[in-house]
Amino acid sequence: MSARDEMITVSNVDKFYGNFQALSEVSLSVSQGERVVICGPSGSGKSTLIRCMNGLEFHSSGSIIVDGISVEEGSKQLKTLRQEVGMVFQQFNLFPHLTILENLTIGPIQVRKIAKAEAERLARQYLERVHIPEQADKYPAQLSGGQQQRVAIARSLCMETRIMLFDEPTSALDPEMINEVLDVMVELADTGITMVCVTHEMGFARKVADTMVFMEAGRIVEVAEPEKFFTNPESERCKLFLGQILEH
Amino acid sequence: MGQSTASQRNKAVSLKSLVNSVPFSVALYLAVISSIIWSAYAGAQAMGYNWQWYRIPKYFYSLTDDGFQWGEISIGLVKTLQLSGTAFVFATILGLVIALLRLSGLIIGKATAIGFLEFVRNMPILVLLYLFYYVLGPVFGLDRYTASILCLAVFHAALISEIFRAGIESVARGQWEAASSIGMSTGQAYRYIVLPQSIKFMLPPLTGEVVHLVKSSAIVSVIAVAELTTIGRNIISDTYMSFEIWFTIAAVYMVITLILSVGVSVLEKKYAVQN
Repeated sequence: MSARDEMITVSNVDKFYGNFQALSEVSLSVSQGERVVICGPSGSGKSTLIRCMNGLEFHSSGSIIVDGISVEEGSKQLKTLRQEVGMVFQQFNLFPHLTILENLTIGPIQVRKIAKAEAERLARQYLERVHIPEQADKYPAQLSGGQQQRVAIARSLCMETRIMLFDEPTSALDPEMINEVLDVMVELADTGITMVCVTHEMGFARKVADTMVFMEAGRIVEVAEPEKFFTNPESERCKLFLGQILEH
Repeated sequence: MGQSTASQRNKAVSLKSLVNSVPFSVALYLAVISSIIWSAYAGAQAMGYNWQWYRIPKYFYSLTDDGFQWGEISIGLVKTLQLSGTAFVFATILGLVIALLRLSGLIIGKATAIGFLEFVRNMPILVLLYLFYYVLGPVFGLDRYTASILCLAVFHAALISEIFRAGIESVARGQWEAASSIGMSTGQAYRYIVLPQSIKFMLPPLTGEVVHLVKSSAIVSVIAVAELTTIGRNIISDTYMSFEIWFTIAAVYMVITLILSVGVSVLEKKYAVQN
């Protein structure tokens, strides 16, 4: 794995909100095609970390380099970076005033400057891939949560991103809709795209992760392969956490 | 005890449904309106006022041997619409600029916006008009019509900028994040994502503002711009028909603003369906 190209390199990152330290000395590297799952209790800085990876927020010190681009506030390359890095949010954040098809094509047309017909072809292809081609002309509010989240995944894919970040993609969903989203994510993992995923879905993590990361109180406590992570984690805190979420 | 409260409630309900029944409501409404009209007439009668409603129509239009001609009130109405329309366009553009400056995150932008807002909002519009006509007018060579448009535009831009700001801020933060996560610039996010969504928040207060603008355009009569109110004053000084003319002018303003309100509520429905 280390032989492959490094896609994301986070080194010694600190992040402060006023006096509160959200990230402390975080270092992590993700290689091309690697699938990383980050877990940990709430408030441990997982979301902050991946939001720093595409510049939705900015770290206070240290460095984050994504696909050769340094993530810094005001950087001119930020726009290029965000076209490379897709993000799926907990609350979907679809554009409610646009149809599903328009949600998918607005990025390619306005940002990547692709012709409308080509963008629509691409959009329909990705809708097919997330198994909802028939919803193209509806508005987001007419779809279920699971369908909306799959549209959000397709919206990111339409930008032909090389890296996908998932920020608790199933946390806002009704239980019966979680699987349809996870299935799409598993299929996506098989395509070889680089994925960094914050989630508590340990079944999913076991199935797709190359690397598990456990965070607590703004620090990375443990990085391990899933096999070792789930059977024999090194830190006590990680053991306790897994015990709590795997018990039932 | 329980029975008596129930029967009281029944009585109350039947009284309410009686008051709300169509014949009763119409009768009550007509009674109120006619008593208002009657008191105006009675007051005028007591003064020995000589009503001359028959002279009013020719101020709207006249058919003479020369053919059809618009009357003075109609010409004044067009002027009022031109004045308000032009002022509204400028006020909207300036208001949007002020709102964007305010939200730009630049300290200088925010300071400029707040300075403008407080300066304009805390000044009577009459004083602002004098400022434009008697101070800036001679300096920049503004005629009274231009000075009026600028005054109305600047005054309402301040109020409209607050409407825009509130509308923009009511769009969820996640929309900004989603827009920038697909690589949109701030400008693109405003244009394609945020502004289209904020329209439905802005339309109702913006309607109020247009109505307000049409009404406040009457203020320019103090510098004798030939709009509806000035025309009304001129006709009265010629004819002494103050009751008829002021009632007529008031009705004309009301018709314009009602048409505007109805038009915008149709627009609102359209946007509501779309979302």
